Parts: sequence; structure tokens; C-alpha cells
Amino acid sequence: MKILVCISNVPDTTSKINFTADNKEFDKNGVQFVINPWDEYALTRAIELKEAKGGTVTVLNVGEADAEPNIRKALAIGADDAIRVNAKPTDAFFVAQQIAAVAKENSYDMILMGKESIDFNGSQVHGMVGELLGIPSVVPAFKLDMVDDSTARLEREIEGGKEVVEVKLPFVASAQQPMSEPRIPNMRGIMTARTKPLAVKEPVGAEAKAEYVNFSKPEKKSGVKMIDPENAGELITLLRNEAKVL
Amino acid sequence: MSVLVFVEGLNGEIKKSSLEAASYGSQVAQQLGTTATAVAIGEVHEEALAKLGEQGIGKVLYDADERLKQFVADAYVKVIAKAAQQESAKVLVFSNSNIGAAVGSKLAVRLNGSLATNVTSLPKTDGGSFTVTRGVFSGKAFADVALTSDVKIIAVKKNTYEAAHNAGSTATIEKLSADLTDADFAAAPKETVMQETDGGVLLPEAEIVVSGGRGLKGPENWHLVEDLAKALGAATACSKPVSDMDWRPHHEHVGQTGITVSPNLYIAIGISGAIQHLAGVNSSKVIVVINKDPEAPFFKAADYGIVGDAFEIVPKLIEAAKALDK
Ligand SMILES: Cc1cc2nc3c(=O)[nH]c(=O)nc-3n(C[C@H](O)[C@H](O)[C@H](O)COP(=O)(O)OP(=O)(O)OC[C@H]3O[C@@H](n4cnc5c(N)ncnc54)[C@H](O)[C@@H]3O)c2cc1C
Repeated sequence: MKILVCISNVPDTTSKINFTADNKEFDKNGVQFVINPWDEYALTRAIELKEAKGGTVTVLNVGEADAEPNIRKALAIGADDAIRVNAKPTDAFFVAQQIAAVAKENSYDMILMGKESIDFNGSQVHGMVGELLGIPSVVPAFKLDMVDDSTARLEREIEGGKEVVEVKLPFVASAQQPMSEPRIPNMRGIMTARTKPLAVKEPVGAEAKAEYVNFSKPEKKSGVKMIDPENAGELITLLRNEAKVL
Repeated sequence: MSVLVFVEGLNGEIKKSSLEAASYGSQVAQQLGTTATAVAIGEVHEEALAKLGEQGIGKVLYDADERLKQFVADAYVKVIAKAAQQESAKVLVFSNSNIGAAVGSKLAVRLNGSLATNVTSLPKTDGGSFTVTRGVFSGKAFADVALTSDVKIIAVKKNTYEAAHNAGSTATIEKLSADLTDADFAAAPKETVMQETDGGVLLPEAEIVVSGGRGLKGPENWHLVEDLAKALGAATACSKPVSDMDWRPHHEHVGQTGITVSPNLYIAIGISGAIQHLAGVNSSKVIVVINKDPEAPFFKAADYGIVGDAFEIVPKLIEAAKALDK
């Protein structure tokens, strides 16, 4: 089975978010980048499936050279090879077109990625890739198993419940917890990752359809009102009469 | 040219988040000097559809195909695309739900449109541009995004836009058929399992959320969270370690890697307020924090706080909440 896992390179979850002086771009200064946490669920599940059934796992990142340490990390966790499409991602549609172009060249059995990225929170790429390739996309999925060589069984979250879906390969799925338990690369993995192939491809021509024009941060809260624990019930009165939320 | 709103049903009624989307869509239609039409799919009562008039919807297109009772992305996309074509819709509005995200991204490709999810503002349409604000960086920032295609698709973040209620206005209902084929149901669900919800409040839709963290010590103490939630008509939630340890189901986990919520009131009990937890809850209108550690980072994000032992405080809150006249 050939699995493609798309990973994005995002600010570490503990990052303080800042923008450049003109508020046009994210300020990368002093920020650590990690594999998008949701993509890690997809990556580990892909590696588990490979270990159980054989096949290969290719990781794909649409991004600039500074993403390579995290691509190597994905290889260290157990992916076999990697592709980086050398482009600055502009919007979800642009990224989806790059992924679809790579997928068309290589015919993967499944394309997995995270439910969304923790920076742009779009939840868009998976559906777009499915549509561009004309294959089903099952999103967001928290369970993925093979029924037989040509059919997968997924459980996806819907508001208020879950759906159990069986789809023929190939398909696209986005992952969320608890699809797998993300792994930490070990020493051997880190060593072998250095020699695994990482191909760099130029992007296909694709237009963006959304343009980020300005960033801002939410207003700070004006401060917390503390309530005496002895009279905790007073909180309920304040929530009704002052905050008017009850 | 019109605005088309996709509304989702649950148990025959329209979801609260879809009523919000409908009001948003009507407002955009007004801004653009046109009308708003809704498209509904699956099992929704006719009365519920007609009542969309209260949110400013003039007409509802309804596809009652039995096979659409369950969500099937490809089939839903086909129905919505048909409605969009029929109405010459230039703006499509959804709720930013799991279903909204699944169909929105496919429709963006099919209709060659620009898509913005997680949207928190009405569009600015001056000077020919069309710009919306959306939540980014897990609630730590906002971005203004210009949608540049002819067709614009907007998924509105839940609980950020209030549903209007103009009592008495009704929408007309028209049948819609998208000539669905078996191929559209290739990825149809085998089975749909709904969760038991206490008092029927779904977490992503809830206006009040009572949430517990590791400070509650174990699942056997969760009655404190549940009883307070019940007294307030709230949904229950938890922090990540709580669901990792299986004290609570995963669908209750809120935060950066869990569900994002933006209720009117979020009550955090025994939760430290790690940055990843805050990411999923910090757009709540009012935040209450109960923690025995006065240095817990959550107090910095809170509107009201109580420093003390949850096991002593929460019973007092339950008592006071029960005494409220509803
Ligand atoms: C990549 C990544 C993603 C993550 N995503 C999420 C996420 O989506 N959601 C999330 O929640 N976390 C997430 N985390 C974990 C997060 O960093 C914290 O570990 C977690 O939020 C802590 O949960 P907690 O506050 O319940 O537990 P703790 O940190 O153990 O805090 C317990 C709190 O309870 C208080 N307490 C103890 N006893 C009592 C008592 N009797 N009465 C009152 N208060 C008491 C303590 O003072 C303490 O503040 C993520 C972490 C990483 C690395």
C-alpha cells in the first residue's frame, strides 16, 4: 500500500503569536516550528498501517527549505521518503493543487493529513484535494482500519455523534485524535532519516483565491474579578446580573 | 445573484449554528442588495424550514431524498451546487461545522470559488473588495482575508454571530432535486451513532460549557461537573489529559488539538490554563476559573475567578445554580 501523508510546518503549540510591523505577515522571529500536531496523528497511523500490511509512506510538505528539519523528523519517525514542493504556501487552494499534482504523478492508495493546521485553521485542504482528484474525502476521521486490501473503514466525527464509513481505495482522510499515539523519533530513526530520500520539486502553476491582507490580535481581557471562596454562590448571581450570561 | 445559506438539521430541527449562518447570510444579502435563500438537506420538519423566515430567509430549497438523512459529502455537495446554480448564488454561507468544512472545501473547487472558514465578521465590501475576518493561530489572532474569486464561500464560526428572530416571518419552501446517482453515495456511512447528551446540549453548539481538568482527581468525581452543567443547562467538556486518561470521552476534549468552543460562558474547574487549552476556549465571551492555585495561568484569561478547592466550591455553585429561577 502506498500512503501519502501531508505535513505542515507550524509554530510550536506554546508560541506567542506576533506579526511583522505592518501586520502583513506572521513574525517567525524566535519561534520554534513543529510538525502540525494533527498531521502527526495521520503520520503515525500511516506508519502503523505500513508496519502491519507492508507498503510505503511518503511525506509531503508544501513549503520552503526551513521546513526540512521537520520533514526529516517525519522520516525519523518512520516515513520512507519525502517530497517538498518548494513554494511559500499562499492559501489552501494553492496548497491543495500542489498536493493533487504530486498525487496524480504517483497514484497513492490513500492520502492522509491533519484535520486542520494550528496556524491557519482552515480545514480546507483535505476536501479540496479529494475534489481535485475526484476521490472521496472522509473528514475528520478519528479511526482508520483496513477491511481488506481495497477497502478501508473509518470513523468520522459529526456534531453530536460519529459515522462509520467504508470506502474503496483511493481516498483522502483527515486525522484527529485519537487516531493514533504520536511517536517520538529514536536515535536509530534519526540516523537513518539522514539518508532517506528527500526530493525537492518546483510548484505547478496555481493561483491563490484568498489573500491575507492584515493580521491582528484579540483585545486583552480587562482583568479578573475574584470572588471569595466562602461566598462562592455569589458567582452565580454575578453571572446572571452583571455578566448577563445566565 | 443571491446569497445561498446551507442549513443543517438535527432531529428534524435546524441547528442553532445554522440559524446563526442564516442570519449572517440574510445580513450579507441586505448589504449586497439581494435576497437570501436557504438550502436544506435530509430530515428537517417543514415547520422548521418555514421558520427560517425569522432569520430573514425568503425561500428554502429542500431536497428530501431519503438517502440524504445521513451526511454524505459528495451527495450534499451536488445538492448545494445545484441550488447555487439555480439561484445564481455569488455568496454561499455555512456554519463552520464538521459538515460545513467538508462540503465547503469541495464546493470551493467545484464552483471555482474562494473559501474562508472560521469567519468572525460580516464582509467589508467597500471599493469592490470582499474581505472577511477569520480566527487564526488557534484563537490567538485574527486575519483579514480578501476573497478574490467571483464566488465567495464563507463558513461562520459558531456562536460569533447572533441568530435574529423576527417572529412571524415565514419562508416559502420549494422542492429541489439534484438527480443523485449511486456514485454520489459511494462513501455513504454504514452506521451513524449519536452520543447520549445530558439534557441534549451538544458541546460545539452550547452557550454554556462546564469543563473539568486533572484537578478533579478522577472520573468518579465528574458528578460535580455534570451536576453544575445540568443546573445551568450547559454542555460538559474536559482538558486533554482527562480524555487521554479515559476519564472522559475524546469528543469532550477542548483545546488546540481538541474541539474549539466559543460559548457565552465557559467555566473551568481544576484546569491549569495551559496555552494549548486556552487556544480552544479563549474566544468564549465570559470565562470563569476555579482553581486552588492562585498562580494558575488560567486566571490571566478569566473574567471571574475563585481560588479554592473544587470539591468545596462546586457544590456551593450547584446549590446556587439550582436556586436560580429559570
Ligand atoms: C501539542 C500539544 C497539544 C495539546 N493540546 C491540548 C488541548 O487541545 N487541550 C488541552 O486541554 N491540553 C492540551 N495540551 C496539554 C496542555 O499542555 C496541558 O498539559 C493540559 O491542558 C493540562 O490539563 P489540566 O489543566 O487538566 O491538568 P494540570 O496541568 O495537571 O492542571 C490541573 C490543575 O488543577 C488544579 N487543581 C488540582 N487540584 C484541585 C482542586 N482540588 N481544586 C481546584 N483546582 C485543583 C491545579 O492547581 C492545576 O492548575 C496539549 C499539549 C501539547 C504538547
